[in-house]
Amino acid sequence: MRTNLTTNLRAIWGRAYVRVVGANREPSWLFFEVALPLLASFSFALIYRGMGAPEQYVGFVVVSGAMIAFWQNILWSMAAQFYWEKEMGNLELYLIAPISRMSILMGMAVGGLFMTAIRATLILLIGTWVFGVTYQVSSWLLLTGVFVLTMGAVYGLGMLSSSLFMLFGREAWHTANLFQEPVYFATGFYFPVRALGDLGAMLASAIPLTLGLDAIRQLIFSGTPVNPLFTVKTEMLLLVVATILFNWAALRALRFMENLGKQSGRLTLKGQ
Amino acid sequence: MQWSIETRNLRRTFRDRPVRRLFRRAVGTKVPDKVALESVNVTVKPGELFGLLGPNGAGKTTLIKILSTLLLPSAGEALVDGIDVAKDPDGVRRRVNMVSGGEHSGYGILTVRETIWMFSQFYGVPTKVAKKRADAMIERLNLTESADTKTSKLSTGMRQKMNIIRGFVSDPKILFLDEPTLGLDVGIAREVRAFVSEWIKEHPERTVLLTTHYMAEADSMCDRVAIIDQGRVLACDTPANLKRDLAPDCVYQIEVPLWTETISPLDQMPVVRSVAMEHRGDQGRTHLRVILEEEGGIASVTDRLAKRGARVLSMTRLEPSLEDAFLNLVGHGLSSGNGENGAR
Repeated sequence: MRTNLTTNLRAIWGRAYVRVVGANREPSWLFFEVALPLLASFSFALIYRGMGAPEQYVGFVVVSGAMIAFWQNILWSMAAQFYWEKEMGNLELYLIAPISRMSILMGMAVGGLFMTAIRATLILLIGTWVFGVTYQVSSWLLLTGVFVLTMGAVYGLGMLSSSLFMLFGREAWHTANLFQEPVYFATGFYFPVRALGDLGAMLASAIPLTLGLDAIRQLIFSGTPVNPLFTVKTEMLLLVVATILFNWAALRALRFMENLGKQSGRLTLKGQ
Repeated sequence: MQWSIETRNLRRTFRDRPVRRLFRRAVGTKVPDKVALESVNVTVKPGELFGLLGPNGAGKTTLIKILSTLLLPSAGEALVDGIDVAKDPDGVRRRVNMVSGGEHSGYGILTVRETIWMFSQFYGVPTKVAKKRADAMIERLNLTESADTKTSKLSTGMRQKMNIIRGFVSDPKILFLDEPTLGLDVGIAREVRAFVSEWIKEHPERTVLLTTHYMAEADSMCDRVAIIDQGRVLACDTPANLKRDLAPDCVYQIEVPLWTETISPLDQMPVVRSVAMEHRGDQGRTHLRVILEEEGGIASVTDRLAKRGARVLSMTRLEPSLEDAFLNLVGHGLSSGNGENGAR
């Protein structure tokens, strides 16, 4: 039991190391990963400014720019990573190792979080400086809690998606592409999700990032009206449920897909 | 006796994908399942360097994938160190590792040392131990100069040396080497072979299962060899015994002018058990490696060649090799040549 735990912890660190080192060895990545998402955030901020929208909307957009970095890391650098690992030949080496598949994904997540945290911080700092955004944080403790829970839930969702990539490879890739823009829209990255109407907002809250973003906005712009979806406490409760649910489902789905792949022979089949 | 590896009536088939199957059913065609392994019974003793010899598509990699828990058997059983691969894959994984030829594992951004360390972590090897083992193997495989180079900058040979170390760094009880010298040049292939042979001598309790289609590699390295073709094990014995099964004075190499017809000039001769043709276009010649049913049949062979207009340019009687044993059992040679990449 203890050996198992130690091996899995080592595996997490081993896989995270690639990401941590990658962030330092290829500084050009940082430039592109900060500069490009900033362009989208700047566009929306300028539109809000141009049309004379309440000033907190500019702040929403800047915060969203930072959160998008995490979402992209989950989708492209963790879930879809299994597809690349399969093509590169790493996946079969992970699968024959005496470790949980969750440890590999956790390693990607931890390493990715490190890399993305730098990127998100830079986006937040540059955006704040350029647009002169001011924040009024009502509770740092709750803010930290919401952030951790949001990450737990969205990374769980990412692990769940990775099971699809593990088996279906390129086919899952196309599906993920298909969902990218609708997800950006439904999570309310660039506007308060309430604007989708009650039903629309309820449906959108199935994506944990929607709830997380909404709660974070409530907590860091506490002095201004943000038209929230639910109260922060309700959103935190829902995020706890989502974290447990997605991580549990990911564990089951990874086992199921692996078994299916071992039966059909698709698990290590490249170029599909 | 507890076998390191044991398979009992192992069978593996591959089905067409469900959508294609439905489509084919709809248009009235039926594609039978592709049989990759059929009733494979193999036993490997602890401490053995066991070879699986067969042409491409023979089922070697399928067998290794089953034994390393990447595939499930369709029928039969596969046991590794006494553990059923289907029932307790985690138990098997704690005991094995695998290296494949032409592997591109790892990440280009990491150095050789870092890559080896990273993979060692997946087996729970403490960092100090992993580094010590890696350093020793890096030195033995003459990889010291490249040890701190990013893997994206490695040549094929250097990369494969790193892969070999990656497989050995976890100190597995049973190691699967799937065509480990594939595509390597003569010198590096020799280094890799020497390394594997030395490792198993130093660790007599460890087992290596090696697949190859290089005859001389199997001959020189393996304690026992299973010859596999079209998913079936045709013979399993020591290389010496496999060769001994051939009667003396029965193996000949005959050189004739370039024979352009697809059918051998010795086709359907009762005295000829099997024949492999190797064309050497640049020399305008064809080499026929002939195995006779009995001694003394060579006269009728030369008669037939003369009748077919294939003038004998030279003829040599050969000591039976593993290739001849293979030819004798399978009825044809390997598509890739014998003794390539310096296997001799």
